[in-house]
Amino acid sequence: MDAQSAALIGAGLAAIGAGMAALGVGNVFGSFLNSALRNPAAADGQQGRLFIGFAAAELLGLLSFLIAILLYLKA
Amino acid sequence: MAGGNIDPMHQFLVEPMFGTESWSLAGYNIAFTNSALFMVVTLLLIWIFMLGGTKGQLVPGRWQAAVEGFTSFITDMMHANIGPKGKAFTPYVFSLFMFILIANLVGLLPLGVVPGLHAFTVTSHFTVTGVLAILSFSIVLIVGFWKHGFHFFSLFVPHGTPLVMIPLLFVIELFSFLIRPFSLGLRLFVAMTAGHVLLKVLAGFVISGLNSGSIVLAPMITIPSLALMIAISALELLVAAIQAYVFALLTSLYLNDAINLH
Repeated sequence: MDAQSAALIGAGLAAIGAGMAALGVGNVFGSFLNSALRNPAAADGQQGRLFIGFAAAELLGLLSFLIAILLYLKA
Repeated sequence: MAGGNIDPMHQFLVEPMFGTESWSLAGYNIAFTNSALFMVVTLLLIWIFMLGGTKGQLVPGRWQAAVEGFTSFITDMMHANIGPKGKAFTPYVFSLFMFILIANLVGLLPLGVVPGLHAFTVTSHFTVTGVLAILSFSIVLIVGFWKHGFHFFSLFVPHGTPLVMIPLLFVIELFSFLIRPFSLGLRLFVAMTAGHVLLKVLAGFVISGLNSGSIVLAPMITIPSLALMIAISALELLVAAIQAYVFALLTSLYLNDAINLH
C-alpha cells in the first residue's frame, strides 16, 4: 500500500472518533435532561456545568476531525 | 473532492483585497485581506448595535432591551462563576463574547447570492482564535501572579493531597493548565471549519445533482441535499451561539481559578 492510500484510510478511521464524540455529547445532554426532569427546580443552576461537559466531549471529537483533515490534506 | 470541481476548502482562502497586495511594513506584507475586512465589518456591527442601545432610557425600547439582554447575560455569568471580584473582567469577557458571536454569524450570512461577494468566517482560522485564546490565557497568568505571587502555584496542588502524590499531581495539573489555550482556540476554530466544510460539501452535491442532466437523478440528489443543507444551516446558527458562549464561559472559569485559586 502506498503512503497516500494509507493516509486516506487513516483519515477515514480518524473520522470514527467524531461519531464517538456524538455518543458523548448525546450522553451529556441526555443525562442532563434525565435529571432535569426529576428535579426541574435545580436544572437552571446546572446549565454552566452542562456546557462545560458538552465542551469537553465536543473537543475530543473535534480533535479526531482535525486529525482526519490533516491526513486528508496531506494525501 | 465533492461535487467535481467544487473545492470546499476554497472558502477559507485569505486573499488581499482592493489592490493592497504590495503593501508592506518593515519587510512584512500587511495587505488588507478579506479576513481583515470581515473583522472590520464585525466591529462595525457591534459598534452600531451597542450605540443604538446604550442611550440609557428609563423605559427601555426594543433595541435597548436587546443590548441589556446581552450585557446582563454576561454579567450574570461572571457573577455566578467568579463572584463580586469578577466585575472588573466583565468588559473583557463581554467584548470576547460579542466579537466571536457576531463574527460567527457574519460568516454564515448568505452573501454569496450577490455576484462577486464571498462571506468569510474570521473565526475559522487558528491564527485568529489562537490569538483570542492567548489573550485570555495571558490575562489569567498576569492576574494570577499579580494577585497571589508564587502562591499561584498552589493552583496545581488540590487541597488534601497526600504528600507522596504531590509531585505526580503537580505535573498532571500543570499539563492540563498549559493545554488550556490550545483547547480554547482549537475548539472554536475546528467547530467553525467543520460546519462550513459540511455546508459547502452539501452545496457541491446540489450543484452536481443539477448538472447531472438526468431527469430522474437530478431531483433525487438535489432535493434531499438542499433539505439537509437548510437543516444544517439552522444547526450552524446554534453552534455559532454555543461556541461563543463556551469560549466566554471557559474564560470566566479560568479567570476564577486565577482570582480565587481553589
